[in-house]
Amino acid sequence: MSTTHISPAAEGEPVRFYELEEHAHPEGHSTMLGFWIYLMSDCLIFAILFACYAVLGANYAAGPSPKDLFDLNLIAINTAMLLLSSLTYGFALIGLQQNRLRLVQIWLAVTGLFGAAFLGIELYEFSHLIHLEATPQRSAFLSAFFTLVGTHGLHVTFGIIWLVTLLVQLGRHGLIPANKRRVMCLSMFWHFLDVIWIGVFTFVYLMGALR
Amino acid sequence: MAMSFLRSTARFRLLPVLTLLPLLSGCGMVVLDPAGDVARQQGNLIVISTLLMLTIIIPVMALTILFAWRYRAANKEATYRPDWDHSTQLELVIWAAPLLIIICLGALTWVATHLLDPYRPLARTAPGQAVAADVTPLEVNVVALDWKWLFIYPQQGIATVNELAVPVDRPIRFRISASSVMNSFYVPAMAGQIYAMPGMETKLHAVLNQPGNFTGFSSNYSGAGFSNMRFAVKSLPAGEFDQWVARAKASPEGMLDRQTYLQLERPSEKEPARLFAAVDPELFDAVVNLCVEPGKMCMHDMMSVDAAGGGGIAGIHNVQQVTYDKFAARGSTEIARWSMRQVGAFCATPMNTGIRPDGVPTDPAPLTGAGLSLPGSTPVLPRTALNDTGPYSARSYSTRPAATPVS
Amino acid sequence: MTPHPAPVAGPILGRLSLDAIPLHEPILIGTFIAVALGGLAVIGLLTRFRLWGYLWSEWFTTVDHKRIGIMYMILGLVMFLRGFADAIMMRLQQAMAFGGSEGYLNAHHYDQIFTAHGVIMIFFVAMPFITGLMNYIVPLQIGARDVSFPFLNNFSFWMTTAGAVLTMVSLFIGEYAQTGWLAYPPLSGIAYSPNVGVDYYIWSLQIAGVGTTLSGINLIVTILKLRAPGMGLMKMPVFTWTSLCANILIVASFPVLTAVLALLGLDRYAGTNFFTNDFGGSPMMYVNLIWIWGHPEVYILILPLFGVFSEVTSTFSGKRLFGYTSMVYATVCITILSYVVWLHHFFTMGSGASVNSFFGITTMVISIPTGAKLFNWLFTMYRGRIRFDLPMMWTIAFMLTFVVGGMTGVLLAVPPADFVLHNSLFLVAHFHNVIIGGVLFGLFAAINFWWPKAFGFKLDVFWGKISFWCWVVGFWLAFMPLYILGLMGVTRRMRVFDDGSLQIFFMIAAFGAVVIGAGILAMLVQFAVSIWKRDQLRDETGDPWNGRTLEWATTSPPPDYNFAFTPVIHDLDAWHDMKERGHQRPVTGFRDIHMPSSTGAGVILSGLALVMGFALVWHIWWLVGASFLAIIGGAIMHTFNYKRDFHIPAATVAAMEDARTEQLTLLQSRHLAGGA
Repeated sequence: MSTTHISPAAEGEPVRFYELEEHAHPEGHSTMLGFWIYLMSDCLIFAILFACYAVLGANYAAGPSPKDLFDLNLIAINTAMLLLSSLTYGFALIGLQQNRLRLVQIWLAVTGLFGAAFLGIELYEFSHLIHLEATPQRSAFLSAFFTLVGTHGLHVTFGIIWLVTLLVQLGRHGLIPANKRRVMCLSMFWHFLDVIWIGVFTFVYLMGALR
Repeated sequence: MAMSFLRSTARFRLLPVLTLLPLLSGCGMVVLDPAGDVARQQGNLIVISTLLMLTIIIPVMALTILFAWRYRAANKEATYRPDWDHSTQLELVIWAAPLLIIICLGALTWVATHLLDPYRPLARTAPGQAVAADVTPLEVNVVALDWKWLFIYPQQGIATVNELAVPVDRPIRFRISASSVMNSFYVPAMAGQIYAMPGMETKLHAVLNQPGNFTGFSSNYSGAGFSNMRFAVKSLPAGEFDQWVARAKASPEGMLDRQTYLQLERPSEKEPARLFAAVDPELFDAVVNLCVEPGKMCMHDMMSVDAAGGGGIAGIHNVQQVTYDKFAARGSTEIARWSMRQVGAFCATPMNTGIRPDGVPTDPAPLTGAGLSLPGSTPVLPRTALNDTGPYSARSYSTRPAATPVS
Repeated sequence: MTPHPAPVAGPILGRLSLDAIPLHEPILIGTFIAVALGGLAVIGLLTRFRLWGYLWSEWFTTVDHKRIGIMYMILGLVMFLRGFADAIMMRLQQAMAFGGSEGYLNAHHYDQIFTAHGVIMIFFVAMPFITGLMNYIVPLQIGARDVSFPFLNNFSFWMTTAGAVLTMVSLFIGEYAQTGWLAYPPLSGIAYSPNVGVDYYIWSLQIAGVGTTLSGINLIVTILKLRAPGMGLMKMPVFTWTSLCANILIVASFPVLTAVLALLGLDRYAGTNFFTNDFGGSPMMYVNLIWIWGHPEVYILILPLFGVFSEVTSTFSGKRLFGYTSMVYATVCITILSYVVWLHHFFTMGSGASVNSFFGITTMVISIPTGAKLFNWLFTMYRGRIRFDLPMMWTIAFMLTFVVGGMTGVLLAVPPADFVLHNSLFLVAHFHNVIIGGVLFGLFAAINFWWPKAFGFKLDVFWGKISFWCWVVGFWLAFMPLYILGLMGVTRRMRVFDDGSLQIFFMIAAFGAVVIGAGILAMLVQFAVSIWKRDQLRDETGDPWNGRTLEWATTSPPPDYNFAFTPVIHDLDAWHDMKERGHQRPVTGFRDIHMPSSTGAGVILSGLALVMGFALVWHIWWLVGASFLAIIGGAIMHTFNYKRDFHIPAATVAAMEDARTEQLTLLQSRHLAGGA
């Protein structure tokens, strides 16, 4: 039964009810939190796709299984491309910290190239499977596989589009706060995709080869 | 009766009307006054749970009205404590009271859910009437078709459409599946419903204790003809049931074989009841395995192939165009071309019921609440490999070693 | 049985052709003519009074959370009328179709109606209403000037609207899904629903879902980052708390819906086998996934209204909320528990006794925090001075109605009881009992409570009371018979019936629906009369109810910037605390206020999304490609706009605040004169 709710300030000087000297919120100060929450919601989409793969991944419909289809060497190269791209993005962030625009641009471009290489290899893999007629329509396993890996690939594609846009914007405006924020956001996105890929690589490819 | 009830509801709108439910069972409330022991226990459970919850709901409603009246602004007599906002004792009570009710209800739920599990063979056919060890349940295989019901009686070797006849007081074991979309098999007078799903098999154990005519229907929307997906349920004394079987055997409809089934499963509405004199003994298993169509690979074969690592690269091309369009009337066209394919059979042999692990009858030993297993412990009643796994059974049995006899 | 066989797709119009216009349905043609005439009249009036520019610059492109909130409410209201029209048509059909009568609706039409009713009421009525409410109130309650991402807020609103528009388009071009509101496969798969209905369903929900998810992110960040100084988490108003939890639920559940609908879409468009019968698909996977979204969705709808009831009870009892801390913990408990109950929606799938009882018991456990909340409201009334204004009336009606719905809900959570009641009209009565008795009554309490804040005048009491009684009486008349019918073993979504003894119950239910209709009409009249008599109903104080939270500390309607100076919080019920301790409103020293600028990007991008959705439904592939590229291009162009804010000059602020000072002084002198 507490009835007293007087804050300590009330004892002495009058209580302040308004902030008269306002410190302006820097623009976009909560962007990182918002983007982080967005990534978590995106993560949930991947969680569902992983769950589908877990449930349906062994339903080959008397068709091919991972062992028949996956070429681990190719996937290892592919994984290396994506991991290297994350590393180079890290270099770009070092450039950002040192405020060296040229460095940021160069490393971002390298990152984009690695990303494109990753996509290229993935598309090669897909076209190989489709050529074999191991298409998403053949079995629930292939549906779940193409959707999970394809969704990741689609994210990488958008990441590259974003990256190119950002390079143009950096070229125009340099390292202004808004652009710095964007570089940080894209970095979160890029690393997020990397983490998802680790999951795909382990869960789909490595465990598929073991199955 | 119902009208006077409604009038009284209008007058005492705020009174919890469910207290009156037991009184109402006389006027067509089949859920509370059914003809089968399982449904009766389920109905009783509704009444008991409701009464249990009313012990807290009524005081809350009364307090709401009381406080609203007593502390109305016009009543300056009443105490006014604008800053009173906390009382540890009271908070304990308001969390503990619902907690206690839920503990009771939770215990009731746990026991009742296990006792009334549709997969559990009946322990009794009526209160105090245990099922004797030598009683074999009547087997009925149910298939929900678009938009009618097929009943196959494997013991009698007959089949019916839209008519289910059963002998009074004899336990019935339903195995339930569907041909195209999800339905729910429900005879309110007999027992609760369970989904009928294509490619899967669900089970229901039930009994009817009174002779008479009842209605069954699909309780899960399944498309345009859903409303008329009703069937007659005839509960017959044992002698009359035998006569009914004899009549079926003499039916001019003849044999229900695969070809007839494929005709039958095409969408149609308001089908009159039909009796088939004989039935392909493998038909139901073929239905569950989605391989009635000639040349189509059965699901259990597919599961074995998949469990063995799939059909390999060569298996990719083992896909045929469906030559026989079973859904024609539902509008399959160019757009639905992907659904017009099927995996070809390596060797089309639906497994016979006799060989299937769940063909072994379960132990019909009478069950009582006292015999229920504790959560997490091994069940007292050893289930067969299959009848415990729910609707997944059809998909999973071939992945297990065939014919694991469990007693 | 399918009236339109799906036409072969052409290159230009896909599968769209003149056959898609339902000329054979006189009801639809009549509706279309009415809508077209009404639309033309509105367009004519807008043109006549030259309001297009005003609408565009002040409303459509606004990033002001208050205006976006109001637009959400209008969207909800318009869609509510559509959803209710569906309801009354169903009630009429079921009251008629006995003894061999087919009623007046064929299966193709009727099955679309119950699907559309469910989808519209949840996605395009309840969701816009609660999103609008949170949008309007939350920033004010936490002393913020806007949400964290004002542009996203505008974009979210327009995406929701685009989804609603796509649903409405299905009424006149093509058809809507005939699957029930959750579109279970295999029925919703391409083999059994080859026409456009399910595609409309998928794409309208996908488009609206983007909006909902983004708005959820936006409000979470707003609440976490923009609270006024001093407002710790445990000093947040309860409505803000429940909004925070509801938005967390949105962000943590809508992606599941997005994913599962995308998979269903792939099954339909690309021939994948996620939920098909053959080729290893699993329809049960869909049922599980959709309810993993679907159950939290129920709490997304009800939680903010629990907050509303808390604010209303405390304000109108003139008392601090009883048990604030336990209220907050109860909310958090409900939020978490709502993720572990989904299977109770399909006990009848045969998951086995242990699984069923686990989910049954977790469901019952939710009733514990919910019960605690109810007791907290009760003890807030205890020893209060309760004023029975309209918001409080709705709250009392809620408390008495909701407990019944809660009870039948717990009953349905007992698996063996569910076996006989699942999919029955008892179930239908139950969820209308909680959604009407909880969500709608709460919204009506909220609308009556905060209307004066949004518009500066109170709502008319006379028509409000008529609406109230029509709704409450109509609700019980409409749904009590359904409870009884459920116990008589009548299942839902039936179009025709055999048993003539049921008809009387359906007729009572139909009559109840008509009474509810009168309640809706009375509410529209209430709005109109209040606008008409706004000068008599004017509230100049900004605090007509002797409110307790910060939104009442500012003018009604609040200025664009909400607060000239950010309030500093010392206690729960911050505004009550300020009034108690004689705060002084600062009248000088105003500064420039930094505000976000309006932008048309949201309208344009959502419009393109609508076009893309339509093209996808009809398989107009070139248009899909074109609109997709336009969306990407538009989004990229939008990122090149770096100038997204402006400052309201100090002079403008000073002028507005001086006017407010004058108004308050005048009020005070009037008050003193009246007192003497």
